[in-house]
Amino acid sequence: MVWWQYILMYLKVFAVGGSICLIGQLLINKTKITSARILVTFLVLGVVLEAVGLFSYIEKFAGAGITIPITGFGSTLAKGAIEGSKISLYHAVTYGLAAVSAGLTAAIFFGFIFALIFKSRSKKL
Amino acid sequence: MDSKQYAEYIDKHGPRTNEWVTLLTAFGVGGLICMIGQAFGDVYKAILPEAPKAMIGSLTSATMIFLGAFLTGLGIYDKIGSVAGAGSIIPITGFANSIASPAMEFRKEGIVFGLMAKMFVIAGPVIVTGIVSSVTVGFIYWIVAMIG
Repeated sequence: MVWWQYILMYLKVFAVGGSICLIGQLLINKTKITSARILVTFLVLGVVLEAVGLFSYIEKFAGAGITIPITGFGSTLAKGAIEGSKISLYHAVTYGLAAVSAGLTAAIFFGFIFALIFKSRSKKL
Repeated sequence: MDSKQYAEYIDKHGPRTNEWVTLLTAFGVGGLICMIGQAFGDVYKAILPEAPKAMIGSLTSATMIFLGAFLTGLGIYDKIGSVAGAGSIIPITGFANSIASPAMEFRKEGIVFGLMAKMFVIAGPVIVTGIVSSVTVGFIYWIVAMIG
């Protein structure tokens, strides 16, 4: 890639990633939806987009703009499951979690370690 | 004062944030976090040209999760969150924050029943949904492959 292609790519990442978050914020403003529900909603969106085969097209266009939001987590889960389904039923039901093992391990491990290291600042209300 | 009256009171007297401003900050911060993720992906691709695409993606997510958890530990991520809303929740760093934040908060209730149990208060539903939907997708694809 030449330099202007990089700039174009990063602009698309910003625009698509920002838009996904904007839709989420719109949901929060209009429905007072909780953050757990927001995460679940966009995760399922990622799973569905991957399952119907649309995700890879968006990813080709927007790169991290769609993979860094939690939609990417859902897509990786579904992608693993689809890969596994080509081997056997066993792989079909276990490869999804295997595909996200790095992210899940990092989240739980670092969450644990940093909660031990850092003291919680009690929120002033 | 019951909860309904309280909600009305808060609505009338609480701090009023402009909806347009929240949309703008969510867009800006969310977009920026995605660009940082793209940058890590590009760096990993340059360092490890032989690595498969899935590994680059996993490394990038893990790095962003590390940063999300670390900034939560420093107390910075929750400050970003108070301004950015969904812009800090939806990126994978927000998933890390949803684990690290309650883990820190409930550590005082003990390591096992505080930290380890409560760290999944938000992430639990996400993980359960993820696994159930991934098993469903895998099963449907397997059935379709069997028939087809």
